[in-house]
Parts: sequence; C-alpha cells; structure tokens
Amino acid sequence: MSKIPADLKYTEEHEWVRIEDGVVVVGITDHAQSALGDVVFLELPPVGRKLLKGKAFGVVESVKAVSDLYAPVDGDVSEVNNLIVDAPEGLNKDPYGAAWLLKLKPANAKDVDALLDAAGYTALLAKIAK
Amino acid sequence: MTLKRTPLYDCHVAAGAKMVDFGGFEMPLKYTSETTEHMAVRTGVGVFDVSHMGEVFIEGQGAQAALQRLVTNDVARIKDGQAMYAGLLNEKAGFVDDVIVYRFSAERFLVCVNAGNQDKDFIWMRAVVAASALRCTVRNEGPQWSQLAVQGPRAVDVVAGLCGDSVRAIEGYHFVQGAFGAARGIVARTGYTGEDGFELYVKNADAPALWDAVVAAGAVPCGLACRDTLRLEAGMCLYGNDIDDDTTPLEANLSWIVKLEGRPPFIGMEALQAQKAQGPQRLLRGLVMVERGIARHGYDVVDEAGKKIGVVTSGTQAPFVNKAIAFAYLDRAHSDVSSSVFVLIRDKPVKAAVQKLPFYKRSA
Repeated sequence: MSKIPADLKYTEEHEWVRIEDGVVVVGITDHAQSALGDVVFLELPPVGRKLLKGKAFGVVESVKAVSDLYAPVDGDVSEVNNLIVDAPEGLNKDPYGAAWLLKLKPANAKDVDALLDAAGYTALLAKIAK
Repeated sequence: MTLKRTPLYDCHVAAGAKMVDFGGFEMPLKYTSETTEHMAVRTGVGVFDVSHMGEVFIEGQGAQAALQRLVTNDVARIKDGQAMYAGLLNEKAGFVDDVIVYRFSAERFLVCVNAGNQDKDFIWMRAVVAASALRCTVRNEGPQWSQLAVQGPRAVDVVAGLCGDSVRAIEGYHFVQGAFGAARGIVARTGYTGEDGFELYVKNADAPALWDAVVAAGAVPCGLACRDTLRLEAGMCLYGNDIDDDTTPLEANLSWIVKLEGRPPFIGMEALQAQKAQGPQRLLRGLVMVERGIARHGYDVVDEAGKKIGVVTSGTQAPFVNKAIAFAYLDRAHSDVSSSVFVLIRDKPVKAAVQKLPFYKRSA
C-alpha cells in the first residue's frame, strides 16, 4: 500500500501539495513514484514561471517511462528544489519530504481547498486499482 | 485478447512482481527496483523468466538445407551442440525476426524466436519449407517449453550447483542436454545481457521447481525492465524497437550475422547483396547524451541546422555505465563515430555524441 499522509492535499494527477507560510509546496505521491519505477530524470521550470492549474509544468522520467507533471493550482514558481533535479532518484526514497519539487506563490490560496484530501485520494487509488 | 501466462506466473506474483503485457504475455516488469536488478546481473547473478520466447524445431533430412534457406548466418559452420545468432529475413531483407539456431545434429535444430513473433515465424518457416522440395518438419513447441535465463558473473556457480561442474566447460554459444535434479532439459551458454550466463530450457511442468532452486542458490529475480537496460548497454537489438520488417541486418550493425559467400542462397540474400554494393543509406549507431536528457524510441535526431538526420529506436538512463544512452538510425553521412548530433526531446535539441556499440563490454 502506498503512503497517503493525512495532512496533505492531492490532485488526480498524483501530485501532493502542502501550504507552508502562504506558499504551496508541490511534490509527487508515493503511488506516483512507485508506478513510475526508478526515477532517473527531472525537468522543472525556472523560478518566476507562471503555472496554470492542470497544465504541464515539467517532466519526470523513470527508466521505462516519461510523465508530465501538472500544476495543482495557478501560481508563480518561487523556489525549485535543485537538489532533487541533480539526484532525481531521491523521488523514490522520500517523495513527501526531501524530494519536494517546487514552491508556488498561489494566485489564490483558496484554490488549494478544492483539491482532494487524503480520503479522496485514497478513494481515487482504490478506483484505479480495480 | 487475453494475455498468456508462463508456468512461472504464480512465482512472480508471490515474489511481488509488477506484471506487464509483453509480446502477448503477462510478464514481470520488476520485482523490487529495475536498477538494483540490473546491478545484480552486472555484479552477481540474476534470473529471468523468458518462457515467453518461442521454440520451433526443424527436423529431418532436409533440416540443415531448410535453415540455410531461412537464415542469414551460415548454419553449416556450427557443429552438434553449438548455437548461432541469425536473421530470419523477408525477400526485401527486412527482419521477420532475429533468432538463435541450436544444432543437435544435421537433422535436428531448435530455433529460438521472439515471443511476439512466434506465430508469424512459425507460419513463415512452414511456408518456406512447404514451397521447397526439402524433407523436414517444422514444429512449434513454444507452448510446451519454459526458459530461465541465469545471467551474471556468478551464473556459472549457480548452474554448476544445479547441474554439476561439467557445465563450467560449456563454451559461449554452445549447449548440452542436461539434468536439473529430476528434470531434463537444455543448458545453453547464451544470453541477452552482455554477461556470462546460461539459458535453461525445461518442459513447463519442471519450470517452477527449477526457478525456486535457482533463486534459492542466490540468483536475484529480474524483470523485463532491467532486461531492456542490460541489452541496451550491451548493444543488442530488440525486435520491434531497433529492427523490424523494414530494417536490414546491414543497416542494423549486424553484418556479422550475414554470410553472403560460399553458401547456398537464403531469402533476402539478393536484396542484401544489392544494398551492400550500394552501401546502406542509414546505419544503427549508439548515442551518448552530452547534454541532460533521455532519448526515447521515436524521437527525431537532427543536425546543427535542425535538419532531420535520423530517429531514435531505443534509449534509457543506463544504470551500470551511468549515462543516458540510445540507439538511433542515422543517415550514412552523419553516422561517423564521435560526431555530434542533436536529439529532439520535447521539441528541444539536446546534444549527443555518436558512438560505436556496445556501450558495455564485460572484462574477459
């Protein structure tokens, strides 16, 4: 079973978000890293880039697969985790911690409320497994 | 279409494998991590279920002549107990399949074919034999046989532990008929990883016990994901990715499996002779990414000016050589080793160096 921390919000594209001092931290879920397999490449946008909810903002590649990353909410990139870009295999080890991807200054902080909570994401995964 | 399962399906599921569709079979992609499994084969020993591969027997007085008609390599050059890699071509010299031919005797051969091609190959081989006056039978025994590939520097110890020390004397691309406990089968020193290793052929009923014994002897269960990265490092083609009905052995860097002289003609020979005289217009080459990015199957290769000069057929981040590597067909004019090309990755040209295959060669 993949881990789904109760204090995070989730997207249907298997990203998680957490609000930290008014900034939205974005990562991929444990399910996503497990489904991808060993992650070997990560491409993230530069600081300052405007992201639009539901639009691709970057790419994560495993040995076998290429997947787009989708913005959870509208916002401006305020920080990028360059440590994980340089060592993307970290995504397989700590997807909810050290392997966060980027931070966004949200256009509207309330947008985060509309995302799935842990129960909603658990239900989504159960549906996928069927 | 329902997916077929090998006799080891339950072993894979019990070991926690992630299963995928490959060549019409439900096969293990990986058990733990594809990188860990890859490194186990490079540094220790791993075991793959390759029971999806097909086994076609050609038998009778005309068996050798039939194979000479069917494949690119000169089958007369192998002795009993010897095997040979070869191309099975169509009239245009495109690959129907790439195969390994095992000679039991001049009147009995086994042709190991790719999983996804086994029906097509069988129909092709039978039709070629039927159209000739050759006296031999072509029999598809694929559904009855299982195959385990035990690969890696310690593979010989594992197989010797099961079959006796005599297997240590089997040379590369040779085989014996041997015993695994109560079961009998074929012990071949062949593989698809670039390492020393064995492929063990047994009847389906004997496969699960053999798998368990090999794993108990220390072989790490390995899935198709690392089989792909291992063969890429070792510079070996995958049918459907790097070679197909429209690519020829001369284009695919496989002229070493083509014998045009001093042998009876084979299907596709004339087309190959013509291509050889002219020189192939495209050649399969290795690419090593110089800038960050991973080239994948189907990505275009362009020159400095952005003009298309080729296409990527396989690519990955290679765990052991620790580089992003790829195979690509390049226009002949751009195929010189160590020249620079660009792979279009998400519309962005990313620099790569043309390199001779393989990327990895084991030390003797």
